[in-house]
Amino acid sequence: MAATTLPARDGSLLQRSRAARAPDSALKWGLTILSGLILLLILFFFISLYRQARPAFAQFGVFGFTFDNNWNVSHNEFGALALLVGTLITSGVALIIGVPIAVATAIYITELAPRSIRTPVTVLVELLAAVPSVVYGLWGIFVLAPHLQGIEQWFANTFSFIPFIGGGTVTIPNLFIAGLVLAIMILPIVSAISREVMSTVPPDQKEAMLGLGATRWEMIRTAVLPYCRSGITSGAMLGLGRAIGETIAVTILVGDSPLMPKHLFEQGYSLAAVIANEFGEAQGLHRSALFAAGLVLFVLTLLVNGLARLIVMRSSRSSRIKRQSNAPAAGAAEIPVGAA
Amino acid sequence: MAAPTVSESLGRFAPSPARRRKDRAARTTILVATLVALVPLAFILYFLLSKGLSAWFTSGFFTTDPTGNTFFAHSSIGGIKSAILGTIEMVALASVISIPLGVGVALWLVEYGRGTIYANVVRFFVDVLTGVPSIIFGLFIYIVLIVGTGSSYAGYKGALALSLLMLPIVIRSAEVILLLIPDSLRESALALGAPRWKVIFSVVLPTALPGMLTGMLLAVARAAGETAPLLFTAAATNSTTFNLGGFMNSLPVQIYNDVTSPTPSVVNRAWGAALTLVALIFLLNLVARLVSRRSRLR
Repeated sequence: MAATTLPARDGSLLQRSRAARAPDSALKWGLTILSGLILLLILFFFISLYRQARPAFAQFGVFGFTFDNNWNVSHNEFGALALLVGTLITSGVALIIGVPIAVATAIYITELAPRSIRTPVTVLVELLAAVPSVVYGLWGIFVLAPHLQGIEQWFANTFSFIPFIGGGTVTIPNLFIAGLVLAIMILPIVSAISREVMSTVPPDQKEAMLGLGATRWEMIRTAVLPYCRSGITSGAMLGLGRAIGETIAVTILVGDSPLMPKHLFEQGYSLAAVIANEFGEAQGLHRSALFAAGLVLFVLTLLVNGLARLIVMRSSRSSRIKRQSNAPAAGAAEIPVGAA
Repeated sequence: MAAPTVSESLGRFAPSPARRRKDRAARTTILVATLVALVPLAFILYFLLSKGLSAWFTSGFFTTDPTGNTFFAHSSIGGIKSAILGTIEMVALASVISIPLGVGVALWLVEYGRGTIYANVVRFFVDVLTGVPSIIFGLFIYIVLIVGTGSSYAGYKGALALSLLMLPIVIRSAEVILLLIPDSLRESALALGAPRWKVIFSVVLPTALPGMLTGMLLAVARAAGETAPLLFTAAATNSTTFNLGGFMNSLPVQIYNDVTSPTPSVVNRAWGAALTLVALIFLLNLVARLVSRRSRLR
């Protein structure tokens, strides 16, 4: 028997053959390209929306379209200011009502609740996020709005001296009800993010406050809330992004009046609602104007969400620096790399 | 009970009555706010059950298609069979599209791209995608597949819009789970001579799968409840169809169309359909929770 000779290879003995290495680089490049497609997708989104919106923008100008107050389908005039204002009012109401309650639930769950009911309360708050938008709309228009109409009317009459809130007759679909239901819908996300940041408060800081003789509330106010301020802010911003983009519940609850709202308890419109309502029968310039409304909505949510992420990034960086200067000896080792 | 004696002996360090009152007031406010947050859920569930169950028990609710007859209260309006089947078909197709793609991107982010600038850019854009309003996905698919091809609404177009919506949810949840897998596991497989792709397919993925399932189910639940992306992509139709190339009904769109009806029996069908949809979504959430509890990676 002849001595066995090793097959000639250009690499070392331990290297795999070209064929054996092929699936590895194929997988790597395949996945790289796949993730690159995400970027292309968003770019494509933007371009295709813009191309459809161009006739409207050409007719009225980008600023004219966004900030003119005349949405008149029969005259083929499209300025989206009233819709933009409707979107901002409903999501503003949602923030004013939703964020304090969401933060309170987060404080209750992380700091005050007995251990045994923490999980059940968390699960219940999260179930609010599982209810579909159209079901909120159904419940809002048939249950909530009729029941609250009397209270709203009383409120509008009592506080008639406050501009924009008082006076006027309350309609069943109105801007306030849409905002109220949006508040319920953004509650879970704001609560979840607040809870997440509150659980990162170092226990020694809380214990130090309690050790100094602070009551629970004083501990929460001085140790927990300041530490979480930017986290809660970004949670609120993400909630705002949700509220701005929410379509179906608002479409059902806000009414369909493309006029500048004169007070809080009358019908209005929002950017998302106008698309859902009018797109089906829109033609020509009208359709293009709806695409333009979609583009304005898209840019608005991008700005709000981008700002939220920016706050998160800046706060995680500054808290890292804080931690470093507090504990210079152990600081460097704890810095999480690329935490987002 | 040792507490009273301790507080007695340390009496002069105890908070003043005013501070204690403030503490109690603040805690009560927080508790009340938490209860207020849960009130809507209770009310929604109560009305869904009380109004939806009566619709469930009307004859043929689950077994007949809507007749499209919405103006005459005495004639039969039909059930929601086509809506249930349409939702299941479209969400299934959307899952088949978005889950492999989403897990693929997550794999790349964790296994290959970790720490690179490109990965951070991709992650940023995935976050951007999370924030895009769902109706924009509908418009986008409308532009590409309906204006672009000159054809009409179709079930598969609705499914594509839903899959765009699911994609970022699947990616982020899968990424979180993949990051939890200890590097020692990957390194030991590599040290035994396994190539990278084999490590991924026979070590990383099987370990991560139960955990990833939770995120997938939540994404499915989210897609099942969405109306806006379907309005201008799959539209609505009355009859049951298994042809994904034709118009397709779905539960959310059925509810949306029924809400605007002046006929009480049609609104009643909307409540029944809403109860069905919420039951479906809560079930998916429940399964997701059970799965995540059983998974070792949390």
